[in-house]
Amino acid sequence: MSGHSSYQPQSKVLQWLEKRLPIGGLIHSSFVAYPTPRNLNYWWTFGGILSFMLGVQIITGIVLSMHYTPHVDFAFKSVETIMRDVNFGWLLRYLHANGAAMFFLAVYIHMFRGMYYGSYKEPREVLWILGVIIYLLMMATGFMGYVLVWGQMSFWAATVITNLFSAIPGVGEPIVSWLWGGYAVGNPTLNRFYSLHYLLPFVIAGVVILHVWALHVSGQNNPAGIEPKSDQDTVPFTPYATVKDGFFMACFCILFAWFVFYIPNFLGHADNYIPANPAVTPTHIVPEWYYLPFYAILRAIPDKLIGVLALGGSIVILAFLPWLDTSPVKSARYRPIYRQFFWLFVIVCVALGWLGTKPPEGIYVILSRIFTIYYFAFFLIILPLLGIFEKTKPLPNSISESVLGAKA
Amino acid sequence: MTTVSSAEHTRRDFLYIATGAVGAVGAAAALLPLVAQMNPDASTIAAGAPVEIDLAPVADGQIIKVFWRSKPIFIFHRSAKEIEEARKVDVASLPDPEPDSARVQPGHDQWLVVIGICTHLGCIPIAHQGEYDGWFCPCHGSQYDTAGRIRKGPAPKNLPLPPYQFVSDTKIRIG
Repeated sequence: MSGHSSYQPQSKVLQWLEKRLPIGGLIHSSFVAYPTPRNLNYWWTFGGILSFMLGVQIITGIVLSMHYTPHVDFAFKSVETIMRDVNFGWLLRYLHANGAAMFFLAVYIHMFRGMYYGSYKEPREVLWILGVIIYLLMMATGFMGYVLVWGQMSFWAATVITNLFSAIPGVGEPIVSWLWGGYAVGNPTLNRFYSLHYLLPFVIAGVVILHVWALHVSGQNNPAGIEPKSDQDTVPFTPYATVKDGFFMACFCILFAWFVFYIPNFLGHADNYIPANPAVTPTHIVPEWYYLPFYAILRAIPDKLIGVLALGGSIVILAFLPWLDTSPVKSARYRPIYRQFFWLFVIVCVALGWLGTKPPEGIYVILSRIFTIYYFAFFLIILPLLGIFEKTKPLPNSISESVLGAKA
Repeated sequence: MTTVSSAEHTRRDFLYIATGAVGAVGAAAALLPLVAQMNPDASTIAAGAPVEIDLAPVADGQIIKVFWRSKPIFIFHRSAKEIEEARKVDVASLPDPEPDSARVQPGHDQWLVVIGICTHLGCIPIAHQGEYDGWFCPCHGSQYDTAGRIRKGPAPKNLPLPPYQFVSDTKIRIG
């Protein structure tokens, strides 16, 4: 972002604009000429996919909000009106609901990529922390969006999640009624969730801009985990990364379209097609799948306050990853022991997700506790120790060498 | 983006153009639902179905107001005097020339059915007011006669007629 740009606009109009607002040069240096490591694999396309999905969610969301009514007496019906009466309403609603699921799928893959290749290490610590902030904002946005439907799951998820704050000693109860705007989840709650659900995606967009800025300062990480040393190690973003990302984005959209057109309610819960009833709690309240691992951690711990702290801690601990992992080697390609713990961690996360769907009884509780212990041990014990004791494989001399062999 | 020479078209050129074309079609297809969703939805269209109005309670000389497709409709049971006033006018002198016979249905001269929105800027004119025994619009002073035609004021056109037919002598269906 500093230094002389190689952008030379051809037309007089563009030259005139460039002198006054160098946006052409900015786009050129960030997305056309930008030096990209030549060895990036398809795990690196998920950042672009996430930006695309944010756009999809914002556009479908704004269009849906033209037909939605954020009042307890009308919300559920307005969603059904969208599904049945509004032109293409069914499509817009399914795009938005399944789009949220795809958004979270992409963000988890994006995060796991970062963990595998050490993309959070020096000098990318702030980049990683901005990502954690985006993830937290996404979780808040997704939660509030789900409440807006005002089905049984919406209402009771709102009740359960807002009640988490009552675990805070002393100020907990006043905070909860402050969140509710009343004595229970009700119309004031729905209205403010609507306002914030509309707001937060634009806050996310702002943090994404910071995130991409931070990325462009340090440059991308790459599968070898060693920084580019010469021009031989990089290629211009356009056309190489642009076309590669475009191709994979199309594949991702095929998966997205599969859900939207063939199994649009697969990831949802049937109980959310029942209008909210404040007098009756569904027998099995479950959040959407992308919150399940944290739900399992919350329920694994018998104490209310410690359970809430564990839930929050399991996300906040991500921000400390750059300092918990003491190994100077970035990529798991050259860290054979770390690689095994990493994949175990992935399996544990998926298993916790599955356990989140089960009733908190018997073997499910025992397994949840074991996996929760591994989750925290991975960050607090395994990573710091591995940095000291792991014997890593020798690193290649350069990116080109890792791709082309010694003859580079 | 280099080409081998300007005369030869390479496979790359074909791929670029083909991809661009498919992308353009995709973009148009993606845009269609986003634009179409703002059109009136099925429930709004259903609510705009024809309405039947019973004319029996409307007395001689009375004007009633009903709604069809969210628009006010004036139904005027004209007396003989009011019909005569409308027919006497020199059509050529009108700002929007139209004979009275064109504004009512044959055999039902006493029934004037017009959309009650001033053709100037959209206010609802007030009945039984103005110099022409018709309507007076309070917003900018347009005046309409007993056939709903503009006589004085800034409105350019006569009050428009909605589509309607007589189901019987005492019942009309608007729409």
